[in-house]
Amino acid sequence: MAVYHLKTPISEEEIRKLRVNDVLYITGIIVTARDQAHRRALEYLREGKPLPLKLEGLAVYHCGPVVSREGDRWVAVAAGPTTSTRMDLFEDEFIKNFKVRVVIGKGGMGRRTTEAMAKYGAVYGAFTGGAAILAAKAIKGVRGVEWLDLGTPEALWIFEVENFGPLTVAIDSHGNNLYLDVAKNVEENRRRIYEKLGLQP
Amino acid sequence: MKTEIVENVAFNLIKQAVIYLPEDVKQALRKAYDEETSEAGKTQLKAILENIELAEKNQAPICQDTGTIIFYVLAGAEVKGLDKIEGALINATRRATKEVPLRPNAVDPFTQKNSGDNTGRFIPYIHWEVVPGDTLELTVMPKGGGSENVCLTGMLVPGEGINGLKKFVIESIIKAGAQPCPPTIVGVAMGGGADIAMKLAKKALLRPLNEPNPNPEIAKLERELYEAANMTGIGPMGLGGKTTVLGVHVEYAFRHPASFPAAVAFNCWAARRASARIRADGSVEYLTHKGKV
Repeated sequence: MAVYHLKTPISEEEIRKLRVNDVLYITGIIVTARDQAHRRALEYLREGKPLPLKLEGLAVYHCGPVVSREGDRWVAVAAGPTTSTRMDLFEDEFIKNFKVRVVIGKGGMGRRTTEAMAKYGAVYGAFTGGAAILAAKAIKGVRGVEWLDLGTPEALWIFEVENFGPLTVAIDSHGNNLYLDVAKNVEENRRRIYEKLGLQP
Repeated sequence: MKTEIVENVAFNLIKQAVIYLPEDVKQALRKAYDEETSEAGKTQLKAILENIELAEKNQAPICQDTGTIIFYVLAGAEVKGLDKIEGALINATRRATKEVPLRPNAVDPFTQKNSGDNTGRFIPYIHWEVVPGDTLELTVMPKGGGSENVCLTGMLVPGEGINGLKKFVIESIIKAGAQPCPPTIVGVAMGGGADIAMKLAKKALLRPLNEPNPNPEIAKLERELYEAANMTGIGPMGLGGKTTVLGVHVEYAFRHPASFPAAVAFNCWAARRASARIRADGSVEYLTHKGKV
């Protein structure tokens, strides 16, 4: 297990060094996007419209933050991750077209995303679900917000972060996926549980 | 009973609940950290404990998903002004959204518009129970969406009996995997009907972790399911490890001879709840968060 501190924009070469179980901290820019923002971004792509900002080399964060308005600026009060599986639907296209290098979330993602990460060079960084204040502590400022019409949880929040983490590299760019490993292990354990409880499969 | 008092108490309860985890939950998480052997699992539990401490220090919500606001009301039959309580709870929710703040989480399923203040048709939801006396007991459960998305009801085969239930619970936990932010609290209920089972399963999430079901047979079943769930290896945040659940709470209702309804409800590690009792003279006793107002 190695610990990496990377600054955005992150290059493909840098991201290819990371392996599952490594720990990653990010400094620079991360952008939140949930279901609706992913959907709209891909709609823009189909319509040939540019996104409000370039995502290449940045990290996309599955997060709907609690924000408060203080004077003319926004403050991220609580900003933990949301469940990533909902974004499985969009993420391969998202990685391919917008060249994000890190996807941050919780709960993991499936084979389609794992394959896209291997092909285009990206990793999935698992941030502890619910650890909203730990996340907010690493957010040094809100650089901007786009698509606020989607509601505050679904908008694109552009966060300036310093040592955002710890992120467990749970999917790397070499086809490894910790969640699929755990799932395999759970399959084996299920047999032992059924045996112990005297259940028929 | 004065509606301002009810509103203020409800506001305080929401605030306490989203900032401070109940002591039993914190203790269970500390124990999980001490006993965890998986490296990834231990990292997750450490982040959880650090986050809990930071939330208290910064007076900020533990998790950005401050949930759907659900109230459980034990209304004394002699309490005056019961018709005003719903309004007071709605106002408290609006105020908490602005002042704590909470994330606005109430969305119209047809228009997809977010109301912006955590209120809307049937939200906050209020469960009512009428009890003897003149006191009002309020409990709030800010219920996270990630753990809600994996709740399951099943109409099992009566002939399979309790074994069918055990299988259903284990399969539900395995299917949920990392999604409900483990280590979770699992509420299980059997009997009643599909709706009654889920209502009881969800209410079981409110029971403190150190209180087994008073019926020794049910308590034994809880223990058995708890141990089985922690044999899955799902672990903290689904990254593998010893602790998948902090507790399993089982409730039941009598069933129709032809039906065996079962329900499994999940609460994430940020298992938030807060209760208070308001007496007829307007005095208030905070039950879960003494000294945290």
